[in-house]
Amino acid sequence: MKRMTRRHLEELIAQGLMFLSLALVAGSLGWILFTIIQRGAPALTWDMITKTPKGGFYMGKEGGVLNAILGSLYLALGGTVAALVFSLPISLGLNIYIPRKSRWALLVRSLLDVLWGIPSIVYGAFGFTLMLALGMRASLLAGIITLAFVELPIMVRAMDEVLRRMPRDLENASYAMGATRIETALRVVLPQMLPGLVTAVMLAFGRGIGDAASVLFTAGYTDRIPTSLMDPTASLPLAVFFQLSMPYPEVQKRAYAAALILTILVLLVSFLSRWISARLSRYSIK
Amino acid sequence: MENHIQIRNLKVRIGSTEIIKNADINIPDGQVTAILGPSGCGKTTLLRSMNRFLDLTENSRVEGEVFLDGQNIYAPGVDVTEIRRRIGLLAQRPYSLPMSIYENVAYGLRIHRVNQSKNLKPIIRHYLELAGLWDEVKSRLSDPASALSIGQQQRLCLARGLALEPEVILADEPTSALDPISAQHIEGKLQELKEKYTIVLVTHTLRQARRLADHVVFMYLGEVVEQGPAREVFDNPQMERTKAYLQGSIG
Repeated sequence: MKRMTRRHLEELIAQGLMFLSLALVAGSLGWILFTIIQRGAPALTWDMITKTPKGGFYMGKEGGVLNAILGSLYLALGGTVAALVFSLPISLGLNIYIPRKSRWALLVRSLLDVLWGIPSIVYGAFGFTLMLALGMRASLLAGIITLAFVELPIMVRAMDEVLRRMPRDLENASYAMGATRIETALRVVLPQMLPGLVTAVMLAFGRGIGDAASVLFTAGYTDRIPTSLMDPTASLPLAVFFQLSMPYPEVQKRAYAAALILTILVLLVSFLSRWISARLSRYSIK
Repeated sequence: MENHIQIRNLKVRIGSTEIIKNADINIPDGQVTAILGPSGCGKTTLLRSMNRFLDLTENSRVEGEVFLDGQNIYAPGVDVTEIRRRIGLLAQRPYSLPMSIYENVAYGLRIHRVNQSKNLKPIIRHYLELAGLWDEVKSRLSDPASALSIGQQQRLCLARGLALEPEVILADEPTSALDPISAQHIEGKLQELKEKYTIVLVTHTLRQARRLADHVVFMYLGEVVEQGPAREVFDNPQMERTKAYLQGSIG
């Protein structure tokens, strides 16, 4: 009987701790979200999402942040696609081509973990140096390249963790039929692991679209919508930053509205990708 | 009687453990050869040596020779994918591929470019019939293979393997994960298929071996203790350890 009560107590404490953690985290995140909505929603007008800044916008006059919305989408989508082009081969290579416990794999994983921890301003500085070396100006392309570097470690490591959970026997079923590694990777492993891989891409996209420091020097900032890869471009995180640092309350409210737009964008892209991956994963083996 | 597969001086190590110690085995053509022995005696490893599956096991080392129709499959320059096309594998648990029922059977044809024609349906149908699954799936060929029961999935795996027109079927305890009805179904199929294929069957069930096998290889702790025609080995085992196993005192 005494043993039972002790076990019940353990259970209660465990549940309590879990609930407390959840409440604390959900509470503070909810608070941030609440602040953004409370301060941003009133300033979130139709003009905000359909117009570029007009003269005197940063002093409270008319205009919107369409330049930053499109700029951010271009930057993050471009950076994500560029990162994907390299992440997929790297993570497939790590899991299908070289033995999982090899020193090489360990080295690559440690390297990526270190890269993950580097502040994005350092990537920005690196991108800037690269730009100077190539004779480029601050542009959409330079921003995309820099963001790709920011996103790459996240995407590769997240994909790597997904692919590690690939059932070996399922992979072997393909080899047993005389499939090569690349056939197995593309026709069996990718379809099977697609939902996880989509999540990995989303994580990287989320980091990319929210990052301010890496695009500060490389993509620049402009009130115009970029029309070519060589044009400088605005981005939402920087729009938030610049408007928050203005002394006018109207402009500061618009900063929150821009943050709200950013949040909604991430949410939309996240839903969209989940929907796509759910449709594509109907064949995966449970 | 020809030998379809001949194994000579085969030694297999995985890490520092010697799994198979110097095996010499003959697998006769067009018969069912059952590999028997207690758990951990190296049956599955032996089976995996016959389609170069040990290549996929980290830290494995294979010495010796395995001849398929007189060709050493461990010789340098051998195309492993072709070996695995000629030697099909029916695994312990069925693993359908993450695609439709139709595409599961078409998979092998596509990767080996056996048939380039657009309409594979007559071929797919033929192999599904051969595996005894056609009637159950004909109206839902585009459904995910994972929607099938585990017994149906094992027959799908059989159809998928047969579509490659292999010469040899390696069956690694193919009924051990199935319910009795499905197991009977698979066993019946193997019975029919032995007319046309050489079958190597690893099994834990002595009764299954008695029902199916024409030829028997008995292994114990990585060594081949005894091999020969099933009737001789079952009715008149020569070695003490075989007798003990057949009587149920080891294994």
